[in-house]
Amino acid sequence: MHNVTFKMGGIHPDDKKISSRCKIEVLPLPEKVYVSMAQHLGAPANPVVAVGDEVKVGQVIAEPAGFISAYVHSPVSGVVKTIGPMPDLAGNMVNHIEIEVKGDVWRDDIDRSTTLVTRIPDDTAFILDRIKQCGVVGLGGATFPTHVKLAPPPGKKADCLIINGAECEPYLTSDNRIMIERSSEIIIGAAIMSKVLGSCPTVIAIEENKREAIMIMSSALSSLKRMTDVCNDIRIQVLQKKYPQGGEKQLIDAVMDRQVKSGGLPIDAGAVVQNVATALAVYEAVQKNRPLITNVLTVTGDCLTVQHNYLFRIGTPLSFIAEYAGGVPAAAAKIVSGGPMMGKAVANLDATTVKGSSSILYLMEEQTKRRPETACIRCGRCAQACPMGLEPFYLFRLAKVDDYAALEENAVQDCIECGCCLYSCPAGVPLLDLIRPAKGNVLRIIKSRK
Amino acid sequence: MILYFISSNMNSIILWTITVLFGLGLLLSVVLYLVAKKFKVDEDPRIDEVEKALPGANCGGCGKAGCHAFATACVADGNLDNNFCPVGGNDVMKKVAAILGIEVADKAPMLAVVRCNGSCANRPRTSRYDGYESCKVEALLYKGDTDCPYGCLGCGDCADACAFGAISMDECTGLPVVDESKCTSCGACVKACPKGIIELRKKGPRGMRVFVSCVNKDKGAVARKACQAACIGCGKCAKVCAQEAIFISNNVAYIDFDKCRLCKKCVEECPTGAIHAVNFPQKPKVKEE
Amino acid sequence: MQKLLVSPSPHIHTELSTRKLMLDVIIALLPVTVLSVIFYGWHELMVIAVSVASCVLLEWAITKFLLKKPSTIGDLSAVVTGLLLALNLSSLTPWWVVLIGAVVAIGVAKMSFGGLGQNVFNPAIVARVFLLISFPVYMTTWAVVDPGNIGSAWLLGADAITGPTALTLMKEVHNVDSSVILQAGSAGEIYDWALILGFAYLVLRKVIKPWITLSIWATVLVFYTILYFAAPGEYLAPGIALFTGGILLGSIFMATDYVTSPMTTKGGIIFGVGIGLITVIIRNWGAYPEGVSFAILIMNAFVPLINKLCKSKKFGRA
Repeated sequence: MHNVTFKMGGIHPDDKKISSRCKIEVLPLPEKVYVSMAQHLGAPANPVVAVGDEVKVGQVIAEPAGFISAYVHSPVSGVVKTIGPMPDLAGNMVNHIEIEVKGDVWRDDIDRSTTLVTRIPDDTAFILDRIKQCGVVGLGGATFPTHVKLAPPPGKKADCLIINGAECEPYLTSDNRIMIERSSEIIIGAAIMSKVLGSCPTVIAIEENKREAIMIMSSALSSLKRMTDVCNDIRIQVLQKKYPQGGEKQLIDAVMDRQVKSGGLPIDAGAVVQNVATALAVYEAVQKNRPLITNVLTVTGDCLTVQHNYLFRIGTPLSFIAEYAGGVPAAAAKIVSGGPMMGKAVANLDATTVKGSSSILYLMEEQTKRRPETACIRCGRCAQACPMGLEPFYLFRLAKVDDYAALEENAVQDCIECGCCLYSCPAGVPLLDLIRPAKGNVLRIIKSRK
Repeated sequence: MILYFISSNMNSIILWTITVLFGLGLLLSVVLYLVAKKFKVDEDPRIDEVEKALPGANCGGCGKAGCHAFATACVADGNLDNNFCPVGGNDVMKKVAAILGIEVADKAPMLAVVRCNGSCANRPRTSRYDGYESCKVEALLYKGDTDCPYGCLGCGDCADACAFGAISMDECTGLPVVDESKCTSCGACVKACPKGIIELRKKGPRGMRVFVSCVNKDKGAVARKACQAACIGCGKCAKVCAQEAIFISNNVAYIDFDKCRLCKKCVEECPTGAIHAVNFPQKPKVKEE
Repeated sequence: MQKLLVSPSPHIHTELSTRKLMLDVIIALLPVTVLSVIFYGWHELMVIAVSVASCVLLEWAITKFLLKKPSTIGDLSAVVTGLLLALNLSSLTPWWVVLIGAVVAIGVAKMSFGGLGQNVFNPAIVARVFLLISFPVYMTTWAVVDPGNIGSAWLLGADAITGPTALTLMKEVHNVDSSVILQAGSAGEIYDWALILGFAYLVLRKVIKPWITLSIWATVLVFYTILYFAAPGEYLAPGIALFTGGILLGSIFMATDYVTSPMTTKGGIIFGVGIGLITVIIRNWGAYPEGVSFAILIMNAFVPLINKLCKSKKFGRA
């Protein structure tokens, strides 16, 4: 079978997967963790513990504050020190629970063994509740609560579940590593989600540059198929290497050859997309009753002598991880949490890790410093690169003069903020910088109309 | 005669040209007349008069879409209670009132005041912002390139928004400077500032005014750490103020202009120098170094 | 450690720059430039030197003294304009005519519109057309080259060069954009291949997409084939028609100018067909023997309209 990809636009940055061969190491416990209440899309969770409370690993410390919200669990055992605002990645104040670590005492009902549980519960309501109770959120970037996404609105049916193992962002390797080291668990997780969605066919999509992951996932899938019949409807699809393949709409286009309508959700095209890390979290939640309290994070960068993939407790301060990995390299000019295309640059390492943290990426001045903006030469490279078929050069000009009517007409609201336009501009025009706020304003205008 | 010209080979082209153009002109003028008649909009002639009396900057400072919209609103309302042109000020409003045949009370002149004192010296930079040079974009991204999440970002959106060239960015401090003689208090800068630092305050007698040049809502220690000149919400100014013009909320002091008697006691009392007094006659004992 | 940089995503960018793109265009023009200097000698070298130097100096002076902005000559676009202008001129053009051409190209066609990226018309084409109308004699006086004796232009200096009009030269001379519409000789063929080499380089380096150029060629070929068979003997053979005159230089280097050509492939093809048609019409029924530059100029004016009509297809919108 040939390797598929999405059709419109896209770019081919150097993938720089320098940490792809670094085995996942278990990060030691820090002295204190700071657990954010806003680590998922939607309303921040409400703390249900008080200062001075003793908590165990996996104990609920905050409850969802709305339909789109999620449970938060203590990633460590110890004593709640403070509950209050602390700067998040962007320096904005967000409620955090500070826990002083004491020992490592887990909640009793969590199965910590490594035996593979292949039998999937029959009751889908039970499965969904487990996923919700364990605070599972989408780990591909948007951190949308998984139990909400797995319950399509009435009248809509999923034809296909796509497990996103594209990991198209350069540098990032955490998904790659879990596919290599936790392949069977991911496949069972996928089977669980497929069952919830009415046993729809499932495609695990992996980009061709992750050969080892493809090999191991394939052999794990075939041996699982011999053992059990829960994953009969699962197949692995190899994708061409192209950014932003991991974008939901792009992935659906690549795998199913369907375009999600403008303003629509993937389910409108009959698709549900879940990340491989989410599949793993679902497996842990449903089969082991283990809440989402750990994740894998890559510490990488060209200026780093040794790269790492760490299994960390959510809430571990970034500075602790950086220190443990050997400190911030002197040549680092920018620290990015996430990939170089869509990740967030941080001003310092004061912030803490959240459920969706995927990397600490060190970039050097010459790699990352924006070039001075020169005149647009209308070469059209931004439009060629745009995976949504937009005309970034034009949107940029409209955004400069706040022409929201024209911006809406030119579909600025379809922008997925992938950064292809800014990446590919030879004149160094900061296209996305201005398109992003313009998109936000247009979306607000559209919303206010309803 | 005409027939002769037409038949004449030499002149026929010229004549035809003249005839056709003349006919076309006649036809189109009739069309234009009819269209003008049909689509004529009856407008109160006073709207036009009011508009002529306005500065014509279309800055939107009055809250309307432009000078014409303002004029329409003035005439439609029949009073000037909710309509004030900050650019033209009292003089223009008197003219407008005269056109409408009504009386209007004077309003105190206003001025844009920048409430941040986080100059490069007072507020150390803790990161380097490298994106598009715009406060709007920077504010969306993170707290800014200092540790004060409330302070001026220094990209000059306010200066860009000012239609009167009254705001310039001081290269030394990195803060905007308002040229009092050019500021028309239209409020464009207030809207442009994503941090809400700029406030329209009354200009004060001979321009004298006292205000708190900080909007940092963090607790004192945090604010002070980020910026030497931050208001730390200590409340000393409020205690010393005899007029009870100063109140503290969210760890920031605010001076009510209408109550302030310009005694400047608070200025002397403020431990961080966050309270500014401007346009006071200089005392001889002020040190000049 | 230095303070950390913070910017919105993305945090990496392409290695490509305007300067690198322009450098690629210059490299693509090198073969034809070198050949014309070899064949036309000192005079050609002088024309090129004056043209490039005056274009660059003018842009520098205008940005520095008139616009009071940082200089933009570093992007090398002025060099490209100068080089293209020189290749559009006869080697016998006096230096002051070249200078006027540079003033028109940079001063009028480029900087008065706001500099690179803002101009509606290709600066080199504007200058060429301006000179063609203002100084028709200089613009149609071509040097004679003896293809069998390449060194003659260098060895004999001015004596080897004659300056008859285009009509008398039709049988002997092939300048890059000469008015000669006749069978290509050896020198012309070398030029053609040098230009096509440049085209291949630009396409392989992904500097330009080939559609505009190819659609011009296709249109010219189709049109001439029809004419050729409709009235045998009265029109040039299609192949010769394509390889003579300025079609190659124009279609490869001037019509593909980013700034003055449409953005989409579909728009580019419409643009190219338009240029091809107008060229053939002017050549055969117009007042001038060659029409490529006029054709490009006319189609440049249609680019905003073409861009408006040929919008790219958007994802998820029928």
